[in-house]
Amino acid sequence: MNFPHKNIIGIKEMTAEEINFILDSAESFKEINRRDIKKVPTLRGKTIINLFFEASTRTRTSFEIAGKRMSADTINISASGSSVAKGETLEDTAKNIEAMNADAIVMRHSASGACEYLAKRLDCAIVNAGDGMHEHPSQALLDAFTIREHKGKIEGLTVAIIGDITHSRVVRSNIYCLSKLGAKVRVAGPGTMLPPGIDKLGCEAYTNIDEAIKGSDVVMMLRIQRERQGAPLIPSVREYCKFFSLTEERLKLAKEDAIVMHPGPINRGVELPTSIADGPQNVILDQVENGVAVRMALLYLACGGEKLQD
Amino acid sequence: MKVLVKSGRVVDPANNIDEKLDILIEDGKIAELAANIDAGDAEIINAAGTIVTPGLIDMHVHLREPGLEYKEDIVSGTAAAAAGGVTSVACMPNTCPPIDNLPLAQFVINKARYEGSANVFPIGAISQGQKGEILTEMGELLEGGCVGFSDDGGPVKNGEMMRRALEYANTFGAPIISHAEDLSLVAGGAMNEGAVATELGLKGIPNAAEDAMASRDIMLAELTGAHLHLAHVSTRGSLELIRQAKSRGVRVTCEVTPHHFSLTEEAVRGYDTNAKMNPPLRTQDDVDAVRAALADGTVDAIATDHAPHHVDDKNVEFAVAANGIVGLETLLPLTLKLVADKVISLPQAISLMSCNPAKILNIDRGTLSIGAIADITLINPNKEWLVEAEALRSKSKNSYFIGQTLRGCAIKTLRAGKVVFSRD
Amino acid sequence: MADDVIEILDTTGIQRALTRIAHEILERNRGTDDLLLVGIRTGGIYIANALQKKIAEIEGQTVPVGTVDITMYRDDLGSRANLSVGKTDIPFKLSGKQVVLVDDVLFTGRTIRAAMDALVDFGRPLTIQLAILVDRGHRELPIRPDFVGRNLPTSRSEQIEVEFDDEKIPQSVTLHK
Repeated sequence: MNFPHKNIIGIKEMTAEEINFILDSAESFKEINRRDIKKVPTLRGKTIINLFFEASTRTRTSFEIAGKRMSADTINISASGSSVAKGETLEDTAKNIEAMNADAIVMRHSASGACEYLAKRLDCAIVNAGDGMHEHPSQALLDAFTIREHKGKIEGLTVAIIGDITHSRVVRSNIYCLSKLGAKVRVAGPGTMLPPGIDKLGCEAYTNIDEAIKGSDVVMMLRIQRERQGAPLIPSVREYCKFFSLTEERLKLAKEDAIVMHPGPINRGVELPTSIADGPQNVILDQVENGVAVRMALLYLACGGEKLQD
Repeated sequence: MKVLVKSGRVVDPANNIDEKLDILIEDGKIAELAANIDAGDAEIINAAGTIVTPGLIDMHVHLREPGLEYKEDIVSGTAAAAAGGVTSVACMPNTCPPIDNLPLAQFVINKARYEGSANVFPIGAISQGQKGEILTEMGELLEGGCVGFSDDGGPVKNGEMMRRALEYANTFGAPIISHAEDLSLVAGGAMNEGAVATELGLKGIPNAAEDAMASRDIMLAELTGAHLHLAHVSTRGSLELIRQAKSRGVRVTCEVTPHHFSLTEEAVRGYDTNAKMNPPLRTQDDVDAVRAALADGTVDAIATDHAPHHVDDKNVEFAVAANGIVGLETLLPLTLKLVADKVISLPQAISLMSCNPAKILNIDRGTLSIGAIADITLINPNKEWLVEAEALRSKSKNSYFIGQTLRGCAIKTLRAGKVVFSRD
Repeated sequence: MADDVIEILDTTGIQRALTRIAHEILERNRGTDDLLLVGIRTGGIYIANALQKKIAEIEGQTVPVGTVDITMYRDDLGSRANLSVGKTDIPFKLSGKQVVLVDDVLFTGRTIRAAMDALVDFGRPLTIQLAILVDRGHRELPIRPDFVGRNLPTSRSEQIEVEFDDEKIPQSVTLHK
């Protein structure tokens, strides 16, 4: 198959066929990660810049390992603040990097649309590692990969995603990804964390998490940002936990063989208790392992081949 | 010095005129309106096939001078006005420093008089420094040529301040122009709240942010008996509040912008910063409401909220981009589209851009009455033209309509009988 | 078009060639001890499976077969015609083993070069040998097969096709002008 995207901006722009192609490719890359010599020469001589405007350990490390396992030169740049605060525009920052002949820029940025903005202005490939509240495609793909690995398929499954839906780019990418692959997606959280029109993205919205979890094959808990506490969104983490955290009782509402996912980092005792985080149904570390394989596939597709006009 | 504007379709809503007439101008004033005037030695302007209207008035423009001349200045802004068929603009005081004192207001008026291509009527600030704390010297500002007061760019947050502003301005018979926005409800929003904002991951601004403040200001207008003018109304809710208030006899008028009756929030897709405005582009339902309010007379004026921004202020991430678009040069075609769509009649359209705003601001413009200053616009309603950045007279090119072909434009603009703009 | 297709080997011919190769492999390696077959995706896998069967018939021993996908070792990533990557599956240690790399057609040698690079990432085999059903010449690298079903001089523009049935058993080798 000929993958038509040079830039990986969002799942919304992808077809089910393209998503499956990425997941299938990731299967092949996963094998490399389990070798003694975890390196292939595929991207030898390619330069990949991880341009992170927001703090991130997991995603950045995962992309860095992904690039290195394919022999690309990966360089991390941690920038902070918006372009305005920094005195240099995002375009200038990125063009400086491109001028050093980078082949791909993997970017995380606090502004929704920042990756699309760069993609319109730069020739090198842009891979979205999370832009504001918009999309986080690599996370959704690794989630889908993990679900497929455990359930053998995605079509027909019911996936409940619980937490701060409003501020989550992971949710948006997951809704697109899973619904395109034929799953039923439910999102749940307090009314202050359910954005208007979320159902139009391809999911059902619940304020009662028991109803969302009931009969589901996958329960995905989102990290709650402690900063939101006391802001008008939630009164306290304590109260949030009482109504919106996953308990063993609540997990029993899901299918018996349901898996529990979390994009990390986990707040133990907040989104879910340690007994579930370490319990038999959790696949959280599988998500992390698969993240490297999925990101290898994305970097391979972004850097491989001649320059495309995307 | 005589000028004869010959054989045009003269539309002068203030005098209920819509017929083919000649207009004779003497010494910059309208001397005669009649069919087939023979004026001997007058300079002839052939207006056959065009619509001849009072010079258009745009009561909501940001000229950016003083202080922000890199975005626009009085010369470039009034040139853009003339090119758009606009002979008079009311300019907002959110310059740097703000127009909150007489010398500054007179600087603007004089600069426009000697170097500009259109009349400029400054709107003075409501509060000193637009800080919402101390009233400006409104009496003196009015004497000096200001025509109303506004802290546009932001709302007057404090309710008592707004009340006193209405009462004090009313002392001198001047309107308060409200930028109705509850900032606590805007809460950092970047576009209209709803499914599109959710999809794009942009923080939304609910209609309630506008409706709540519009409601407060209407209540205060009712309380004080003063004249409140609501700027750039964009929601169904606010329009309904205005409609009800008018039926109760409250002295409230309002304006809408061409972008709010032409575009919806869908324009934001792709994170196009030229679709970022305040108030934000709303839903189709709101656009329908704006159009209905234009049709039923709830809306008193069409104003552009011409908001020039340098490319550096727009070529950034959506969330941090400046709000607003330039509008003077696209006012006419977008408004004529309402006529083509049969939302309003041509005379209605012209009154919304001439005699109505003149009345709101209490200025002696916007008609072709005998003895009036001869500000006249000749319009070709059928000419199709491509909006091109380079061709815009405004210093800033932040128009959402660049690259689109629009229909209708001014082909000649006369200010006090002198041609200040002309195109083929 | 039929005029331009020449059959080089039919089913019987292929089976004879594979039988001979199986004997040659066993002879060279003195039996099946430490012997491994690795097929190159995708045609090479089927030939490797066929050889595994032949060897089992002769020796009564089943030799392990691995598969290698060379996409990630290619030297022509620049031509984005097909970005599909297949899975490499070598579920055994290669160090100290006699590894027979198997492919259906040998042409420029670039695929074999890539496959050898892949193999050494899995360990240090004692030897790597190369078994090929059809060698059509035009080598661009210093690579020579150890076991050949048929040597076939071709011109560069011609194409060689190996056809398999539904059970992936090789049925014919044809030359397309």
